[in-house]
Amino acid sequence: MKFELRGITKRFPGVVANDGVNLHVSTGEVLALIGENGAGKSTLMNVLYGLYRADEGELLIDGKPSHFSSPADAIAAGIGMVHQHFMLVPVMTVAENVVLGVEPTGRFGSLDIDEARRMVREVSDKYSLELDPDAVIEDLSVGVRQRVEIVKVLMRDAKIVVFDEPTAVLTPSEILEFFEIVRSLVAAGRGVIFITHKLKEALSVADRINVLRRGKVVGEALPKNTSESQIAEMMVGRAVQLVVDKTEAVPRESMLDVRNVTVVEPDGRVVVDDVTFEVRVGEIVGVAGVQGNGQTELVEAIAGLRRAASGSIVLGGRDITTDSPRERHEAGMAHIPEDRQRQGLVTDLSIVENLVLTRYHDSEFSSGIRMKWDVAKTRAKELVAAYDIRTTDPAQPASTLSGGNQQKVIVARELSREIRLAVAAQPTRGIDVGSIEYVHAQIVKERDAGRAVLVVSTELDEVMSLADRVLVMYRGRIVADVDPKKVSHMDIGLYMAGSRPSGAVA
Amino acid sequence: MTTTQGIVISAEQRKRARSVGITYLVLAAVCLLVFTRRAGDAGFKIGESSQFTLPAQGFGWALGIVLVAVAAGQLLRGYGKLSNVVLALATAAFFMSFLAWAAAGDSFSFVGMLQDTVSRSVPITLGAIGGILSERSGVINISIEGMLLAAACTSAIGASLTNLWIGTLVGVLTGVALAAVLAVMSIRYKVDQVIVGFAINFFALGVTSFVSFRVLVPNRDTMNNLLPVMPIRIPLLADIPFIGQILFDQTIFVYFSFVAVALATWGLYRTKWGLRTRAIGEYPRAAGTLGVDVNKLRYRNLLLAGAVAGVGGAWWPIGIVGRFDQNITNGRGFIALAAVIFGRWHPVGALCGALVFALSEAVRLKIGNFDTGIPSEFLIMAPYVVTIVVVAGFIGASRAPKAAGQVYEDQ
Repeated sequence: MKFELRGITKRFPGVVANDGVNLHVSTGEVLALIGENGAGKSTLMNVLYGLYRADEGELLIDGKPSHFSSPADAIAAGIGMVHQHFMLVPVMTVAENVVLGVEPTGRFGSLDIDEARRMVREVSDKYSLELDPDAVIEDLSVGVRQRVEIVKVLMRDAKIVVFDEPTAVLTPSEILEFFEIVRSLVAAGRGVIFITHKLKEALSVADRINVLRRGKVVGEALPKNTSESQIAEMMVGRAVQLVVDKTEAVPRESMLDVRNVTVVEPDGRVVVDDVTFEVRVGEIVGVAGVQGNGQTELVEAIAGLRRAASGSIVLGGRDITTDSPRERHEAGMAHIPEDRQRQGLVTDLSIVENLVLTRYHDSEFSSGIRMKWDVAKTRAKELVAAYDIRTTDPAQPASTLSGGNQQKVIVARELSREIRLAVAAQPTRGIDVGSIEYVHAQIVKERDAGRAVLVVSTELDEVMSLADRVLVMYRGRIVADVDPKKVSHMDIGLYMAGSRPSGAVA
Repeated sequence: MTTTQGIVISAEQRKRARSVGITYLVLAAVCLLVFTRRAGDAGFKIGESSQFTLPAQGFGWALGIVLVAVAAGQLLRGYGKLSNVVLALATAAFFMSFLAWAAAGDSFSFVGMLQDTVSRSVPITLGAIGGILSERSGVINISIEGMLLAAACTSAIGASLTNLWIGTLVGVLTGVALAAVLAVMSIRYKVDQVIVGFAINFFALGVTSFVSFRVLVPNRDTMNNLLPVMPIRIPLLADIPFIGQILFDQTIFVYFSFVAVALATWGLYRTKWGLRTRAIGEYPRAAGTLGVDVNKLRYRNLLLAGAVAGVGGAWWPIGIVGRFDQNITNGRGFIALAAVIFGRWHPVGALCGALVFALSEAVRLKIGNFDTGIPSEFLIMAPYVVTIVVVAGFIGASRAPKAAGQVYEDQ
């Protein structure tokens, strides 16, 4: 089967998300669709899957024009989709999730759950996915949930399988397993569209690569005669620095001292378990780990968003364990939170207002109950220029900015003050390659200016290239403290999965 | 889990275990200090000519001492898997002691009280099933009260003018019509579901009050006067002593509510429709991306909920009272929603909840005949107090369908 999109254009009020896109994929091959966030990848896939109607252009299946007005049509035509956010009902079993929509039935519309179990086992065995049909989704790890999604798609006999950012939530070893699954799908005569913004993955698994920028296909490449930097240049439209440019760290005295910190959830689960480490002036300490191993809670405890059950946190000699977030700010801590839109910004407020959120009570910006908006506006203009925030007017709400520019607003607000320690959680999640380069450069600049920096990221590449020292978290504990130049990605991956590389000392 | 020794318990469970223990102590104190104050034997009639008696004072002393021991066991050791059984037994014994105290030196029909309980559970059960159907599909439906009330009014008129069957049908259609309003407003126009629910409740209260004053009172004999349905004795089953009279000598409404509970349970957990319904209440996008038409299913389930609630509303005029009075439902629709939570969104659980609430109402009606010294206003409060105590104290945190209250939009 050959599936083709011709001249697809999709407009939203004020934006052209897809602009005359052409692409094709056949069974037996892997097409990687690569592009920055906001390049139009997701929109294109939603058109392909019948969730959006294209304004112009046509879909051809084996040369015949087709119309999808709902996902049901796309499924019927042999298109399957594994969404970035899994489409699984957490309280139901694997079998129930898999048959939803194509339920095997007995008399009076009764559900034949035994048949459903058998179907799951059959597909799962065929591709050695090792799924238990009776397991409840919320008890499963992310990697297993993804396999449930794959079974769902295969059960509907999809000829072309679309994976939307499938590796974002996987550990390095799960990613390798995932690539094996993709290869076995292709070997079984199916076609795969693999959407990603990770260059390495596209190069390692795809037969062909299409690059999308600002809604247009700007290039096509074959992995064997192209390089990461060439594709990155196509994605961004200019040459990009892929490795972080920094000198050897010169660590000095300790700035942040975390001692035996334990964080407990209200239901009694221990999420951060007796963690001890320090961050020194002039170094970047990176915390690696698969999402959900206590990094979020650790950062929240340091930033004052949640109280540590025991242990102490000392910033520059002052015990801040029980201080409020504002007291921590005033003691010189900057916090770039993990969830940009929920914790970092008030998206309905203007860029000016967001930029003074941590300093509105300073005498510089207010006197008594009166805000000095003229000062705030002047300052905002300076910051917009200094931090390269792309906006026409700082009085616009922050929600009008792209993800990368929203992140720059937060970085500008947090780092433009007199600070001693910067804590950055997932500083580049979901932002474009160009902005990543910029944010990384800012973080290195802070280090070189004599601040202590703590970076938490689930992107292993980011931690490895940015940090001078890497801590690995697993199930709430720090299981490794290593020099990134002396260990391999694979070894860190093993630590992240809770095991230990052979030959390593405890 | 294969833990053989030592059950892992969280801080929350421990806290709950402690508050249950303290509850036992409070119950024991009430037994010892209050239930031992009235002397005499209480007669519990359990059949045409059979009855048993409990000595009010002696029973109070004995139970009080047993409850102290039970509390000690709960606080010191806990009962593990048996703790719910112990709680149920203690509550039942306390309830009997209360009845013995109230009826000391007199006698009353215990079986009649339980029969009345089952009958009074009908609108609560049916309202709760309406609530479950809505919330399981992801739509919060607080307008059950309005549906019950409006259906009670229209079915009274319909039945007075024609016959009981058509009257019930008119009630069903009224429930469906109000459900359609909720569905269109909340699904199509994306209005906040709670706000629409409020509007429907007040609309129903206002319109039925107006109709009651201006239409039904002047035409009392022609438009609001009917003979309610008679109980149907089910052969053989109704002859079982005690149980038979409670469960199988009832009106068709009672049997319908049992069937509705069974059907709803089977439907939700054993059919394709149920799987899809539960999916759109938990994570509609998952169902939507698999080609299920989420909003169409929500419309259908809401209309069905309205129909079931409509039968519940028709129970008042056609099942028991024989006419419509202003605000005849008096908050039973809200109690039905409490029964939904009590039953953790499961039809059988909701039926149990409905029986608990109906029991408190039936007890009130019986106790009113005795000179207990409890002011009647307090007795009237009983069902509502029971609602608060049960929902707040014993249910604890239960998990509602995740998507309840959220608008689903096709992308």
